[in-house]
Amino acid sequence: MNKNKQNPNWYLESFVSFEESLNGHSKTFLHDLRKETLPSLEQLSFPTLKDEEWKYTNISSISEQNFIPVSKLPQIILSKEKLKDFLFQGFDYYLLTFVNGIYSNELSDLERIPEGIIIENISTVAKNNPQILQKYFSKLSKTENIFNAINSVYSVDGSFIKVSDNIVLDKPIQIVHINGAEDNKVLSVPRNIIVVGKNSQASIIVNYFGHGSEPYFTNIISEVYVDEGGIVDLIKNQSENENSFHIEKLQAFQEKNSVFNHYNFEFGGSIVRNDINSVLNGENIETHYYGLSLANGKQHIDNHTFVDHAKPNCMSNEVYKAILDDEAHGVFNGKIIVQKDAQKTNAYQQNKTILLSKKAKIDTKPQLEIFADDVKCSHGATVGHLDDEAYFYIRTRGIPENLAKSILIRAFANDVVESVKIEQIREQLNHMIFEHLHRVEIISE
Amino acid sequence: MSDLKEKNVKSDEVSDDMKVLDDLTSSEYKWGFVTEIESETAQKGLNEEIVRFISKKKEEPEWMAEWRLKAFRYWQKMIEPHWPNVEYQPIDYQNISYYSAPKQKPKLNSLDEVDPELLKTFEKLGIPIEEQKILSGVAVDAVFDSVSVATTFKDTLKEKGIIFCSISEAIKEYPDLIKKYLGSVVPYTDNYFAALNSAVFSDGSFVFIPKGVRCPMELSTYFRINAQETGQFERTLIVAEENSYVSYLEGCTAPIRDNNQLHAAVVELVALDDAEIKYSTVQNWYPGDKEGKGGIYNFVTKRGACKGINSKISWTQVETGSAITWKYPSCILQGDNSVGEFYSVAVTNNKQQADTGTKMIHLGKNTRSTIISKGISAGKSQNSYRGLVRIGRNAEGARNFTQCDSMLMGEKCGAHTFPYIEVDNESAKVEHEATTSKVGEDQIFYLNQRGISTEDAVNMIVNGFCKEVFKELPMEFAVEAQKLLAISLEGSVG
Repeated sequence: MNKNKQNPNWYLESFVSFEESLNGHSKTFLHDLRKETLPSLEQLSFPTLKDEEWKYTNISSISEQNFIPVSKLPQIILSKEKLKDFLFQGFDYYLLTFVNGIYSNELSDLERIPEGIIIENISTVAKNNPQILQKYFSKLSKTENIFNAINSVYSVDGSFIKVSDNIVLDKPIQIVHINGAEDNKVLSVPRNIIVVGKNSQASIIVNYFGHGSEPYFTNIISEVYVDEGGIVDLIKNQSENENSFHIEKLQAFQEKNSVFNHYNFEFGGSIVRNDINSVLNGENIETHYYGLSLANGKQHIDNHTFVDHAKPNCMSNEVYKAILDDEAHGVFNGKIIVQKDAQKTNAYQQNKTILLSKKAKIDTKPQLEIFADDVKCSHGATVGHLDDEAYFYIRTRGIPENLAKSILIRAFANDVVESVKIEQIREQLNHMIFEHLHRVEIISE
Repeated sequence: MSDLKEKNVKSDEVSDDMKVLDDLTSSEYKWGFVTEIESETAQKGLNEEIVRFISKKKEEPEWMAEWRLKAFRYWQKMIEPHWPNVEYQPIDYQNISYYSAPKQKPKLNSLDEVDPELLKTFEKLGIPIEEQKILSGVAVDAVFDSVSVATTFKDTLKEKGIIFCSISEAIKEYPDLIKKYLGSVVPYTDNYFAALNSAVFSDGSFVFIPKGVRCPMELSTYFRINAQETGQFERTLIVAEENSYVSYLEGCTAPIRDNNQLHAAVVELVALDDAEIKYSTVQNWYPGDKEGKGGIYNFVTKRGACKGINSKISWTQVETGSAITWKYPSCILQGDNSVGEFYSVAVTNNKQQADTGTKMIHLGKNTRSTIISKGISAGKSQNSYRGLVRIGRNAEGARNFTQCDSMLMGEKCGAHTFPYIEVDNESAKVEHEATTSKVGEDQIFYLNQRGISTEDAVNMIVNGFCKEVFKELPMEFAVEAQKLLAISLEGSVG
């Protein structure tokens, strides 16, 4: 196998055959963007532990493998009925399904979309309505590292959601990404573009699942634009296979009076890295980040968040929690910048971790950079194991060991789960956490 | 108060607060003066010859010269680090004179033999040696431009078996101890500035507390940087043997000066079983003028090793001076049940920059550490806290509590926190808390209401903000520290 630690040659070489496989799609502006980004694949190299931003995350197992870019929809492996098992149920929703980053019409459900709302896949929009796509595509997210470049060069599809002004979306949108294959190592590089207009409101749930036995690499770029007075709830459920690699960069941009809530539930993946960034570009903006990571085995989950307070009178709040078992390694880096003019900023950040085993490990780095004086900012980080006293108390009430543990862990996770607004999702998340604890034998039968 | 009022009338747009801030920020460095003492200075530049010259000047044995040369050769291969959150003009290491000593005189037995000029300098600083000697019972090892010229209370200390002398004396008289401990906590390979210091250190203090001895007095060294364009490379080594205790004070002020002076000191502490070392610093070197011109670069490596069981090392620092402060007094908690503490107040004003904090490396079982850091930034200054708490895999039951608070005064300053927390043991408990805010308008209003002027109110609030750290300082220093803080922020904050 070709081992290129420092040089993304594989992704350079693959481009020719990839381009050929595109056929008719190579005429769109997307392809021009691909070609523009191509040189940066040559210039950029994979980050090492010496890069401050990747200090705790060793991605050599990603860079040493050659993942094959996908340009066509693979054979569908599951029925629409079966797909439902992976989704949050109990409420109505629009459904966009992607397999290895390519849209599947068969598995999607986009009927009766009200006027003023676009819920489509990117390659369709690129064909039918390129102007509108061009207006938002890659406008927020700049190529910052090799992974962004790989996405930009190889991405052919993804979700495009646009809500015009003054509309409250009648039901949530669920996006499902099914990744992986039985026969080769695939590269899945979807994009998610979400644009919510003035005083509009939308909630979107993005799910990532794996299938197949081979390792695969999901590398996503998401862009979220929230216009004045808009409200966006974005829930991420990352339940990829345990032999998969998952990297997402999310860039949000908020105008005045808007609200952006991001909920990040990390269950799967062997090496996971999220970069979640928001720019608060107006007054009276609210940004909330909630995160919960459950990891075991040798999982590595790295969450980087960045809140950029560019204007005065905004508030941001962040709660990130992790429960780590076995030899799992958690990383958190929460950056808050308060720019010079951003007076009257309130910014809060909390990072709490529970280590359940001797070999579990957490590296956390909350970071405040403040250039304005009239602000209230705080961050807190705690690391510990389950509270002995609380455990003892519960046990004295005659509750068995396993249940006592489970109660404490779920209580710890509850802050994050409770913040989700849709009740059915909360219930299912609780269920998923419980299942996870069982599966990894934190709680035995 | 009436002064303030007059000023306020002049510009209505500027609030009282801002006015006070402006005043505070505009106060000049008060303690600058140059003492005229003939000094013997090595020619500028750095090469093996200079290293040998320094070693020879200090009448050092050959093994020491070799050690210096090893460090120098290693340093040559290193690259200057640039990761901290500070900005400065590149340093020309060949444009610095690496040795400067007051003209050699025969060894002194009493204060009478000390150059009166020198004594006057100390008097100006408000700490006359004689008074200290009589009143406070503090033994002073006065370091004036790198060479000890007066050491007091030596006899008292000698009775107890305590060694308190300049490091160059120690190299000559206690080579075994020096060979054993010098570079044991901060090896010359540690970092760029530690390597530089190891090659060219001029002098410093050596303290040795033998088994079971509790040092009866606070040991104190008064540092001053004098001769122009002379880098100061101090080397301090403190060893506390089993079941001993020592409290060490380090304080500094420096004269006004135009050229940037590089200060790259190394401080090493070694605490064996049940020993305790308390190291306190008040640093008020010349911070440069309002434009940030001149001022001292304070790039210091300070580290303590809690080698023994139940040992304790406590760092307390009040940093108000220097154009750039870049240091992380650290504790390596090797021994089981050992304790590390770090209390810090860092004040930056005008264009000062500070990137300071601590490292607590937990290796032993049941090790505990506490970090309290208070940053105050005013004017156009940048103040960063950078800290590391690492819990090693075998550090069962380790415990850390960190609190770092920042206070901002003025719209153009910045306060930053970069804490690193690395936990590799599930039984550890680590808590980190940080806040950033400005002096509360409601607090000022409350105090104004009680008839306290805005300036006094701010001083009061700032002092309250720093209280937790000040109370850790020895009495003599606590007074001085409060004085310093008031001067640094004078007129400023109101």
